[in-house]
Amino acid sequence: MYEFAYHKPGSLADATAALNSAADGKLMAGGQTLIPTLKQRLAQPSDVIDLGGIGELSGISVSGDAVKIGATTRHAAVAASGEVASAIPALAKLAGGIGDPQVRNMGTIGGSIANNDPAADYPSAVLGLGATVSTNKREIAADDFFTGMFETALAEDEIITGVSFPVPQKAGYVKFPNPASRYAMVGVFVSQGGGGVRVAVTGAGPCVYRHADMEAVLSGNFSSGALASVATSADGLNADIHASAEYRAHLVGVMARRAVDQANG
Amino acid sequence: MAENGIGARLARKEDPRFLVGKGNYVDDINRHGQAYAAFVRSPHAHANIRSVDISAAAAAPGVLAVYTGEDIAADNVGPLICGWAITSKDGSPMNMPPHTVLAQGKVTYVGDHVAMVVADTQAQARDAAELVNVDYEELPAVVSTGDADSASAAQIHEVAANNTCFDWELGDRADVDAAFEGAAHVTTLELVNNRLVPNAMEPRAAVGDYDRATDSLTLYTTSQNPHVARLVLSAFFQIAPEHKLRVVAPDVGGGFGSKIYVYSEETACVWAARKVNRPVKWTAERSESFLSDAHGRDHVTKVDLAMDGDGKFLAMRCSTKANLGGYMSLFSSAVPTYMYATLLAGQYTTPKVYAEVKAVFTNTTPVDAYRGAGRPEATYVLERVVEAAAREMGMDPAELRRKNLIQPDQFPYETPVIHTYDCGDYGASLDKAMEIADYAGFQGRRAQSEANGKLRGIGFSNYIEACGIAPSAAVGALGGGVGLWEAAQVRFNPTGNVTVFTGTHAHGQGHETTFAQVVSDQLGVPVENIEIVHGDTDKGPFGMGTYGSRSIAVGGAAIVKAGEKIIAKGRKIAAHILEAAEEDIEFTEGNFTVAGTDKAMNIGEVAFAAYVPHNYPEGVEPGLDETSFYDPLNFSFPSGTHICELEIDPDTGVVEIVNYTAVDDFGTVINPMIVEGQVHGGIVQGVGQALIESTAYDPESGQLLTGSFMDYTMPRADDVPSFNVDTTVTASPLNPLGVKGCGEAGAIAAPAAVMNALTDALGTEAIDMPATPERVWRVAQSRQAQAAE
Repeated sequence: MYEFAYHKPGSLADATAALNSAADGKLMAGGQTLIPTLKQRLAQPSDVIDLGGIGELSGISVSGDAVKIGATTRHAAVAASGEVASAIPALAKLAGGIGDPQVRNMGTIGGSIANNDPAADYPSAVLGLGATVSTNKREIAADDFFTGMFETALAEDEIITGVSFPVPQKAGYVKFPNPASRYAMVGVFVSQGGGGVRVAVTGAGPCVYRHADMEAVLSGNFSSGALASVATSADGLNADIHASAEYRAHLVGVMARRAVDQANG
Repeated sequence: MAENGIGARLARKEDPRFLVGKGNYVDDINRHGQAYAAFVRSPHAHANIRSVDISAAAAAPGVLAVYTGEDIAADNVGPLICGWAITSKDGSPMNMPPHTVLAQGKVTYVGDHVAMVVADTQAQARDAAELVNVDYEELPAVVSTGDADSASAAQIHEVAANNTCFDWELGDRADVDAAFEGAAHVTTLELVNNRLVPNAMEPRAAVGDYDRATDSLTLYTTSQNPHVARLVLSAFFQIAPEHKLRVVAPDVGGGFGSKIYVYSEETACVWAARKVNRPVKWTAERSESFLSDAHGRDHVTKVDLAMDGDGKFLAMRCSTKANLGGYMSLFSSAVPTYMYATLLAGQYTTPKVYAEVKAVFTNTTPVDAYRGAGRPEATYVLERVVEAAAREMGMDPAELRRKNLIQPDQFPYETPVIHTYDCGDYGASLDKAMEIADYAGFQGRRAQSEANGKLRGIGFSNYIEACGIAPSAAVGALGGGVGLWEAAQVRFNPTGNVTVFTGTHAHGQGHETTFAQVVSDQLGVPVENIEIVHGDTDKGPFGMGTYGSRSIAVGGAAIVKAGEKIIAKGRKIAAHILEAAEEDIEFTEGNFTVAGTDKAMNIGEVAFAAYVPHNYPEGVEPGLDETSFYDPLNFSFPSGTHICELEIDPDTGVVEIVNYTAVDDFGTVINPMIVEGQVHGGIVQGVGQALIESTAYDPESGQLLTGSFMDYTMPRADDVPSFNVDTTVTASPLNPLGVKGCGEAGAIAAPAAVMNALTDALGTEAIDMPATPERVWRVAQSRQAQAAE
């Protein structure tokens, strides 16, 4: 780890000020990606601004049609929330399957989606449920938020404050974990709700994406059997020592069927 | 039997300190004025070093010194050695290239040591290490084990033409080939034994400490064999004379072989401590462990098994290429030869065996002994080919094995590959394992799986291993550079409690408990009054350390021998005090008794008398403190049957082990709970090798692609089921405890059991370890496609 200045502001305004006055500042929520990166000397920010001291960013509230999760809410809190589990069981289950207990007790939803790791779990829920991301500047629709590998629509000094998930009629999430890291090698989040059917795929490509062919088929028949007719192309999918693009493409189909079965209970 | 003696499930004495965080590991040790080392490592797999510019690093804040290969050469330190000489088929000695502590002119793997920075703080050392400017001339990297000796491969070491260290054989090729001529059936397999990264929980660490007053050095280090480390550092690396060098290996968090060797970093720390006249500390980061701890396995093999029409084994021949990595390591030549080919007879009466092994250099991390060391490779080759032969012959795999097992009345049994087995009852382990695994009910369970869309398979592994290494003369005759006896000192203190010094080293095995049980059983002293001391060359006699499942069979035997001397001396003292003839004194459960009377002294009273010798036999020295050096009569031969049953999800290729049975013959079992723990851990490592542990190098650049736990899959608790573990016992007649050793059995047996179950489920032999989900899925898909045609 290289030296850096550490800040723990108590308000969003102070966080923004610290970020703007830093030569090369970096926001930190749960630190589950940033700290290992720092430890391996793969990043050298001048300042680290820890958002953990801003109380208003943490918390869960469920109204009739939406689950709102504050940006610094830990995965473990979402996984353990009875309210989330009854409103969107697939979301609670997803949170409970991220990383390991240590990661779940430090990692946050805001940190996860701001980082937009192509194999992270949360982006698939945000996209697969058509959530809205709130920041200190605006509200961003999920479809506009994830722009590429480790890239989002966030501006340099924009800070996520929370995510609002519309409560669907049904939803499911099944992932094939990378055997080593247990990130999603392929994860598929499906939902059926007011906005129609959404199918979001994480882990398989360079960035979480919606599977239009599956959405079209499931809109007519929300059953795993209906997906038999949908092929997933390996073109553009990730290939690495753990899985070829072809295998990932195959797993997208298997995970999608299982996610639909889970959603249908 | 003493209450907590041999056979008791005694909770481990050492665990309370570990559980409350009071273990004392090397990184917990901090010396006054301590400085820190960081190493500059090669980013290239294969390169010449044109120049090393240390000027910026030397001028960086807090830097005390920056050392390169030139400084090592100037001080005549090293080079690192390989302690086992192998002779090639043509009679030539192995080609051992220089392995300098810091690179001199060339690097041969990513992570190779180029320079060392010593600074006031760890951060300063690491910062300065980044300022060392090395000008490399990159060379093509050699990565593949199978192709390393091809004419087109780059040449790594001048002394090793075609990147070949040796081309060795065991057995008579012509004789074995002739036996194949008469075979009714020959089964042939080509197998890969995948490379593994050891990943002990505690990374390697060292603190070198120089005492100017006595001109002596101390090295605190993560070692499985501190005395051997001292010997090597002194006799071969010229660090200091042995009497001026102390090596301390305190609590060590796992070794699995990787902490046998004396590496560059530890050597450099103790060398530099004298140069900077400050203690010098280094603790590996996990990334450094991946790059620089000696890896394990990495063989490619072709094997042929010849049988008569009834399935009786006639002969076996085996051709293996073994990857040594970028340099030789301390025992890396012994592992694919005498630790491997000598086990290829297994539990069977195969009368003729021929093995040839070509060891090659590649631009990868050096390879050396890793839990099992050669014996897992042998078991994998043999048990895969036996299972495949059964399938080809249309025979039940258990029956084919049974037909060829060495029978209990055939011991001692001389195999065609050097070893003479002392005892065993292989059929008993096989029977018991089949019963526990409910082999008879397997077909019903397979049908049930098929109905659920799953593929189910069952596989055997009848393993044998040579442990208790080893008779010194035998080791020497085979090229080993050391004697492999063990030493123990049993010291009664005047108040009757006992301090036992052992030359073995515990780094997770529970010796402090097991050895105390042995002493308690023999001398009748409660285990809580017995302290087992190890890991410090300034305490107790010279010892050879812990590896090869030798600690109880050799180290435990040494303790018993020392205890016998205690009893013999105690008998003289008791006879004098009890006014009886020495031959009339009986010793049982800690009491010296005059036979046929109630006149008795307990051993604590005898000890007191020995230290306060007022009423004492003439000609007997005071004190009760005895040392024994024990050289074993033979290796010991643990054996057993493991049976794995698994289920495959053909949609994903995910394998679930649904049942795993291990029936082992370890001879006498001292502490069943500790033994079961050893078996559990070994099986998990074997399952890891079979299914998930892949060590991947980029074939072009030679970069380690699995250099962290994000990419290297360590097995976890949820990857394995609860195991069914049981034992059969044939006590070894060749050591005083009748023990055989249990530390490696699981890792030796499991890969073959798992892969035999997997190939049974898939209906093909064509899959290699690690059988990752994608590999399994691809085979399952092609099998289904074939079935549909």
